[in-house]
Amino acid sequence: MATKASRSAARLMLAPAVILLLGWMLVPLTMTLIFSFQRYLPLRGGFQGWIGFENYTRFVTSSAFWPSVQATLFIVGGVLLITVMLGILLAILLDQPMWGQGIVRILVIAPFFVMPTVSGLVWKNMFMDPNNGLLSHLWRFFGADPIIWLSDASMASIILIVSWQWLPFATLILLTAIQSLDSEQIEAAEMDGASALSRFWHIILPHLARAITIVILIQTIFLLAIFAEIFVTTQGSFGTRTLTYLIYQRVLESQNVGLGSAGGIYAVILANIFALFLMRIVGKNLDR
Amino acid sequence: MARSVTTQRKTLNTLIAWGIGLLIFFPILWTILTSFKTEAQAIADPPVWFFFDWTLENYRVVQERSNYSRFLWNSVIIAGGSTILGMMVAIPAAWSMAFVPSRRTKDILLWMLSTKMLPAVGVLYPIYLIFIKLGLLDSRFGLTIVLMLINLPIMIWMLYTYFKEIPGEILEAARMDGAGLRQEILYVLTPMAIPGIASTMLLNIILAWNEAFWTLNLTAARAAPLTAFIASYSSPEGLFYAKLSAASTMAIAPILIIGWFSQKQLVRGLTFGAVK
Repeated sequence: MATKASRSAARLMLAPAVILLLGWMLVPLTMTLIFSFQRYLPLRGGFQGWIGFENYTRFVTSSAFWPSVQATLFIVGGVLLITVMLGILLAILLDQPMWGQGIVRILVIAPFFVMPTVSGLVWKNMFMDPNNGLLSHLWRFFGADPIIWLSDASMASIILIVSWQWLPFATLILLTAIQSLDSEQIEAAEMDGASALSRFWHIILPHLARAITIVILIQTIFLLAIFAEIFVTTQGSFGTRTLTYLIYQRVLESQNVGLGSAGGIYAVILANIFALFLMRIVGKNLDR
Repeated sequence: MARSVTTQRKTLNTLIAWGIGLLIFFPILWTILTSFKTEAQAIADPPVWFFFDWTLENYRVVQERSNYSRFLWNSVIIAGGSTILGMMVAIPAAWSMAFVPSRRTKDILLWMLSTKMLPAVGVLYPIYLIFIKLGLLDSRFGLTIVLMLINLPIMIWMLYTYFKEIPGEILEAARMDGAGLRQEILYVLTPMAIPGIASTMLLNIILAWNEAFWTLNLTAARAAPLTAFIASYSSPEGLFYAKLSAASTMAIAPILIIGWFSQKQLVRGLTFGAVK
């Protein structure tokens, strides 16, 4: 039983974290909310009056908006599809008995530790460069014309780079989940003559369902916010301008803070929709 | 009983897994190899693999031309500083929620998590403005604070899940023996909590080292860490592959090593304890 003294001590210990996070959340968010109702151009006259919801309507009716939503959906959807499907296969593979399992796992996980600017630039220059990139060498080796990756296949290139970064995350989490599967259950199914495919479908996949959901939700939240990979490669051109990148350009590059802030509020709402689902799952876990 | 597996099957598994593992690791391997080549060898077609005159020239040039060690130092200060500051706030918070839970503990934990979901771009301008007003733009101190704040929820959550695993009976026994709050923390909890604290710190160093939104947008020349240093290679300078590779290898090597040691903790930290 906690004593009264330890209760108040506990509250005191919790206070700094709560105050810091509360400030970190409320102060800038309130400022963004206030800016979003203003015509505010820091480099061209600063504050020019309150304009109600005009920024919100202008943001969604601008010609850049829908393409950016599309680009965001493509990147998030594409990366999720690739990382979750390959992640499941890789996790099952890595769970099999083999020699040097630990080393293979290290090789597979490594890309996750590479900083985004490095992976963006290494892929862009050393692999996807149309003249000297390794992929263009490979294409020429087979007698094909090299692809100009980041302009002709810009979306696929970005999805490839980001998937390479996030595949380790999906694999690692799904592998952890598979390893918690009772091996006797699989053995029993094996002895009952269940084929590999039906073992996968009826035992492994249902067991992984929760882990897959968590991977999807967490990755979605991070993928909606990817920035550096685009910043160092296409700078948002060739149809790769995501919602995040569009807001960044409005706010810092064209310094239309009112408009960008309205976009920021949209992004906050979007992220919160996914966050709600994630928190429900994580919250359930707390009760156990 | 372990599943019996034929040697043949195991060999096949091994071959496929190593093949895929090497394929995924290849861009990193290629970067490391290229960093030891000359610029001409770096773009050679057909590519040269292992048999070339290994040189450390690129590392020397990168350091001399762009003063690499200053960026490295900024990264160390920012990642290390934000981790230490964060732990000073996170340990007491996680401790109090794990051992003296109240009715609101769950709500507070979930609310903390929700602050992590806030898209950075939504608060970019306010932070930028506050930084200008306080003179924090392009300062290591400002960046340290921001990185501490964005990772604080993960630190608290991870510590919380570790602390939760310390059995409560031990605490009760200590209290029965007349241990005060101070002794309880110092002699009973701390020794049991050290592994959890260490892995939380490692994960946080990784996250802070690789953070590339705030570090790119809030720094210029003085406080720029390695993420920003590498981003400067998005200019045509990045076409000098051997130099780019040397700079990249130096930027990722410390974290690759730390990361390999903390794979397991990574899962717990990044899923907020939902997968262990």
